[in-house]
Amino acid sequence: MKFKRFTIPYILWLSLFIVIPLLLIVFYALSSGDSQNFSTFEFSFASLERFFSSPVYIKVLIRSVRLAVVSTVICLILGYPIAYIISKENPKKRNVLILMFVIPMWMNFLLRTYAWLTLLGKSGIINSIIMKLGFQPLELLYNDTAILLGMVYNFLPFMVLPIFSVLTKIDFKLIEAAEDLGANKITTFRRVVFPLSLPGVMTGISMVFIPAVSTFVISDLLGGSKASLIGNLIEQQFRYTGDWHFGSAMSIILMVFILITMALTSKFDKEKEGEGGGLW
Amino acid sequence: MKKVKSIALLLVILLISISLAACGEDKPKLNVYNWGDYIDMDVLDQFEDEFGIEVVYDTFATNEDLYVKLKQGGSSYDVIFPSEYMIERMVREDLLEKIDKANIPNFDKIGEQFLGLEYDPNNEYSVPYMWGTVGIIYNKTMVNEPLDSWADLWNEQYAGQIVMLKSQRDTLAVALKKLGYSLNSRNEKELEEAKAELIKQKPLVLAYMGDEIKDALISGEAAIGVVWSGDAVAMIRENPDLAYVIPKEGTNLWFDAMVIPKNAQNKEAAEKFINFMTRPDIAAKNADYIGYSSPVPEAVKLLPEEVQNDPVSYPTAEEIENTEVFKDPADIIQVYDRIWTEITSEE
Repeated sequence: MKFKRFTIPYILWLSLFIVIPLLLIVFYALSSGDSQNFSTFEFSFASLERFFSSPVYIKVLIRSVRLAVVSTVICLILGYPIAYIISKENPKKRNVLILMFVIPMWMNFLLRTYAWLTLLGKSGIINSIIMKLGFQPLELLYNDTAILLGMVYNFLPFMVLPIFSVLTKIDFKLIEAAEDLGANKITTFRRVVFPLSLPGVMTGISMVFIPAVSTFVISDLLGGSKASLIGNLIEQQFRYTGDWHFGSAMSIILMVFILITMALTSKFDKEKEGEGGGLW
Repeated sequence: MKKVKSIALLLVILLISISLAACGEDKPKLNVYNWGDYIDMDVLDQFEDEFGIEVVYDTFATNEDLYVKLKQGGSSYDVIFPSEYMIERMVREDLLEKIDKANIPNFDKIGEQFLGLEYDPNNEYSVPYMWGTVGIIYNKTMVNEPLDSWADLWNEQYAGQIVMLKSQRDTLAVALKKLGYSLNSRNEKELEEAKAELIKQKPLVLAYMGDEIKDALISGEAAIGVVWSGDAVAMIRENPDLAYVIPKEGTNLWFDAMVIPKNAQNKEAAEKFINFMTRPDIAAKNADYIGYSSPVPEAVKLLPEEVQNDPVSYPTAEEIENTEVFKDPADIIQVYDRIWTEITSEE
């Protein structure tokens, strides 16, 4: 009980920077009027209606979710083996490998995304090698593949790290027991290691899915602003159009989507009762 | 011991932050908010040296960007550089401070044809900064015929080589002009047609870009782009294979001007700055560097001969006969916004 008063700053922080802004977004989403003038506000579902009545916006949402799901799946397929291989190394080597994995993240996210422009461009490094070899240059930039590449590249560490941390914490005795009981390597992995690592996988999935579904920088730079994602639409409403109501309405819709994924993954977490690695 | 150390550390941090904060207080500050790539940075240094005023310089990408930032408050700029239709809107919404001409002696140097224009009929709020046109720039080695029409941007032969501007009004204007409508159209049917045109064009477009458009064309990443005349000058300087053309359907004639927003902290310095930028030697240096066209005739005379005679920067009256100046769309802005959102959302 004594510790209770120590939580006050955190509660203040939470309400000031998370709860109140969230309520403001809900308030904006459910009202209409001049975004800058409170006196013109009226309660209305106009923004939500605008979103759901136009197939254009629904299509953008579906597209964003689709790209986010695909990039999450790719991150999982690539990330799990990486985490597994690294976790099997001896601790010294393991730390070096993880460090090497994390070092690129010390550089700014925007810069790393810009770097892909010079790699993928028509006169970029990859294409100039291809042309030297006598082939036609490829169209690598400004399409969905480039966006996916950007997402996977930027978010892969968020998949690897939680899985890695769960894998290293698995009690080795359990694996020995499985082997003693006659399980071969594949069965041990399938029946013991993988189920125990699921909490890390679930954390990884949410940590990749959430930034991927809401990104607007990657689709802007690598997608050439050709087809908006929901993140671009929200950015546009706040930065250029100044329609905070519509922007907030879309933010709420996006948040609901994210909440659904989180609810699904946390349900899974609880069922599996794994140790560590979970973020929430 | 540990405690002493941590207290010492805290003290050091405190001292550093105080001294850093104090550094900023030394000189009066001037907050300038301009378009990206739209000033010679040397000119800013020169201003700082001459007047002992520290310039805090920041940039925006489109007029709408500037408007929203200004309207939302929370930032205070002393000098901003909107285009004519945005000035009209800002005056209408009472966002601008009147400029005291007595503090801007160089105002007399501005060419007559740039004064008394519709967006600021009595020149109360703005001092012209640059002017120009919007046109097509293309790479002569990648396009085998001379282009002369907006319709060329819809030519399937150039699929994947066309770059459009990521700017609501400019891009809508291209489609409106292609269809033969006014770029100030207030007719929703015409605007819907323009939207359909732009959606139709989408598969041919490589990307929608802001200032990156310059690099894309200079490096040969794209073959055709829509650009402002001044950018075209700078681009052709870097890559002589590029050519700029004003399409025959007519185009947009634009003016960017310096204005002082209502919540400016340092109006006196702002007026000094505006006066400085209008001084012929400075205006010339600046125009020469960025490639845009100066509204100060004396400054133009100071420019190298080939720049003065460059039809891209200083087109003849005949060449700009078929142009239109943007007007504030006022209430129909919502239709513009909706249409633009729909264009960018289309796959």
